[in-house]
Amino acid sequence: MKFAIQINEGPFTHQAADTAYQFTKAALENGHEIFRVFFYHDGVNNGTMYGVPPVDDRNVQAIWSELAEKHDLDLVVCVAAAQRRGIMDEDEAKRHGKGAANIAPKFRISGLGQLIEAGIQADRLLVFGD
Amino acid sequence: MSVTKKFVYINRKAPYGTVYALESLEVVLIGAAFEQEVQLVFVDDGVYQLTKGQSTQGIGMKNFSKTYAALGDYDVNQIYVDEQSLKDRGLTMDDLQELTYEDEDDDWAEKSSMQLVNREQLAALIGDADVLLNF
Repeated sequence: MKFAIQINEGPFTHQAADTAYQFTKAALENGHEIFRVFFYHDGVNNGTMYGVPPVDDRNVQAIWSELAEKHDLDLVVCVAAAQRRGIMDEDEAKRHGKGAANIAPKFRISGLGQLIEAGIQADRLLVFGD
Repeated sequence: MSVTKKFVYINRKAPYGTVYALESLEVVLIGAAFEQEVQLVFVDDGVYQLTKGQSTQGIGMKNFSKTYAALGDYDVNQIYVDEQSLKDRGLTMDDLQELTYEDEDDDWAEKSSMQLVNREQLAALIGDADVLLNF
């Protein structure tokens, strides 16, 4: 089956991104396709490369990057939600006069149209978080 | 992209206090360009999103309530309000903005986009959705 994933909560305060990660990983291991993972609301905070949790805890941001690297996942951070919350790639940082990008590897910034397209193209869109 | 699906947006939260209502509206407006069937549902505290005469001066939040009036121009004209949620909060349809659209099949007559629904109708509506986005 072709799944699309939407994640609406940031890392750590909510477990939504962890659950979405476990689901995505299991789906891929069982031969399903993940059309796209779309990060919205505070979910965009899963796309920062600057998260440094204690070493005995999982690093929610890093495990997404690793999973995307392994399976060539399309991790998309909503641009409007990201701008509000200070998640930027090189282009965005330059455009807004900010010092440096902070988007994690394998994440990309794009628009809400990517979410709608995912809803249209996937067999099921699964939403994680409030 | 020739597939047409039924997108149902469920709005459950008050307009201020959390960002969900505002960012839901942003999805709806962007999504309108994709020529899909779109239905909006307002339920629980979500009914407050449509109340008339909102003022955010005292709380320093952006008042985006006028944006709902533009939905008709985006061909978003199936808007459902849960009757029980209004009742539980001591509200009636008179407390809400009147959202309208111009019907191109009827000489652009201005018509109401809003419809009161009971829980049974709401369940059927949700059951009929292809893509359900809950905010």
